[in-house]
Amino acid sequence: MDLVTPAIGMIFWTVFTFILLLILLRAFAWKPILNAVNSRNKSIEEALNSAEEAKAEMKKLYSQNEEILKEARAERDKILKEARDLKNKAIEEAKEQAKTEAESIIAAAKAAIDNEKRSAINEIKNQVAKLSVDIAEKVIARELKDKKSQDELINDLLDKTNIN
Amino acid sequence: MGITRKALFVCFILFAALNVTFAANEKHNNEHSIHAQANQNNSDTIVEEHNSNSHTESNEFNPTDVIMHHIADAHNWHLFDKTDKEAGEKHGVSIPLPVIIFHNGNLDIFMSSKFHHGHSTVVKENREYALYHGKIYLAQNGELQFDEHHHPTNIKPLDFSITKNVASMLISVIIILGMFLPMGIKYKNGQMVPKGIQGFLEPIILFVVDDIAKPNIGEHNYKRFLPYLLTVFFFIWVNNMLGLIPTGANFTGNIAVTMTLALFTLVLTNVSGKKTYWGHIFTPPVPKWLWPIMVPVELIGVLSKPFALMIRLFANITAGHIIVLSLVSLIFIFKTVWISPVSVLFVLFMDILELLVAILQAYIFTLLSALFIGLAVQEHH
Repeated sequence: MDLVTPAIGMIFWTVFTFILLLILLRAFAWKPILNAVNSRNKSIEEALNSAEEAKAEMKKLYSQNEEILKEARAERDKILKEARDLKNKAIEEAKEQAKTEAESIIAAAKAAIDNEKRSAINEIKNQVAKLSVDIAEKVIARELKDKKSQDELINDLLDKTNIN
Repeated sequence: MGITRKALFVCFILFAALNVTFAANEKHNNEHSIHAQANQNNSDTIVEEHNSNSHTESNEFNPTDVIMHHIADAHNWHLFDKTDKEAGEKHGVSIPLPVIIFHNGNLDIFMSSKFHHGHSTVVKENREYALYHGKIYLAQNGELQFDEHHHPTNIKPLDFSITKNVASMLISVIIILGMFLPMGIKYKNGQMVPKGIQGFLEPIILFVVDDIAKPNIGEHNYKRFLPYLLTVFFFIWVNNMLGLIPTGANFTGNIAVTMTLALFTLVLTNVSGKKTYWGHIFTPPVPKWLWPIMVPVELIGVLSKPFALMIRLFANITAGHIIVLSLVSLIFIFKTVWISPVSVLFVLFMDILELLVAILQAYIFTLLSALFIGLAVQEHH
């Protein structure tokens, strides 16, 4: 019967000690421990979230980079093409210009040659006319003598005349 | 579920063992009282049964006395027995503990060694105290009066002594504070990563928080009750473990202790009881003509829940102690050393089982407390 009869002293000390223990542990153990665990859980959660965010951000940045790279490549191709076109055009233009230039030079040369030719012909014409007149003068001057001397004179004159 | 079922099975075995031992105890008590009467005519000293097993009963070993002595509370901390070679007498070697008695407005404090193991009385002014079977009585002229069943008829003063159980509890408090106060300081100083003992205790704390308190009390209310549940869990666990140490006290197997703990749960449950809880007790959801039956039943239910808590812890721990002591006693009952391997093996097995029971009972007590509190605080939905 003693075994199942609660003793008053035991109850008193258990109540006293347990409440004391409860107060001490509540203030100096459970509160800081549970607070720390809570805040740690929160910080872990935040860290995970921010990691996830960073990952997403990185993905975004990566795709953005890709986009920029693509654009840059297109731009480069465009610039290159433009440059090539420009080069071709310049060559073409230069060729054209050279051609016209050459043509105009040739034309000018032809005109000059024509002019020279004409002036030379005119000179010849004048010379011939003068010579003819000279010959005619001399012929006329010696005509009165004989026929033979006329021919001699003509031949002589003709020899002396150097058609050049 | 498997573990729970096994645990229930273990509890059942322990209960069965307890019943057997109680029956044995009844039988032996009768023999014992006859013997004590024979020693009554000693004038100046009170013959205490304490060390009489060996010499007064002609070397008759009485396992019930030994076991009951071990699981009962005591005014000194008995360590071992020593036989005086010259006198051939056995002396108990024990640590004396303070005796605190409050009687008729007088507070008397002295060490229990003054009783000389119950062989002498202690006189304080006009008050004389005697120690008989672990209890303190008011004596007259160094004598106690006995009735026909050999129970002392003297008045028992209010005894607030630091008994073996109280001393064990104080040690457990020091251990618990030593476990958790440095941990609390570490967390307060911002050391978030558990190190050393922190790493062992933190998961247990979180287990109590997340698997006992939260699911049973509910998301909204559980935080208020955490200090109580955590304290009661570790208080019971550490004391159960201390009780397993040889020469340790049977603290959690003391009915006063389990009653006190159960009363805490009872008070906490009913103080925090909400409208739904009281409504369920005084206006149960049954036809009104059944209320005269149902309301008393519900009221009994309020008391029977903590009563079950009290009995469960007391019986489990006491039964464990009794089984271990019985197995050890086998050696002395059979009076042969050859039985000792069997005893040792069984005791080893029981001790390992008791390690499990120690935490299991702490868990069950905390779980059921949380469950009862949860039933009281839940709102109607």
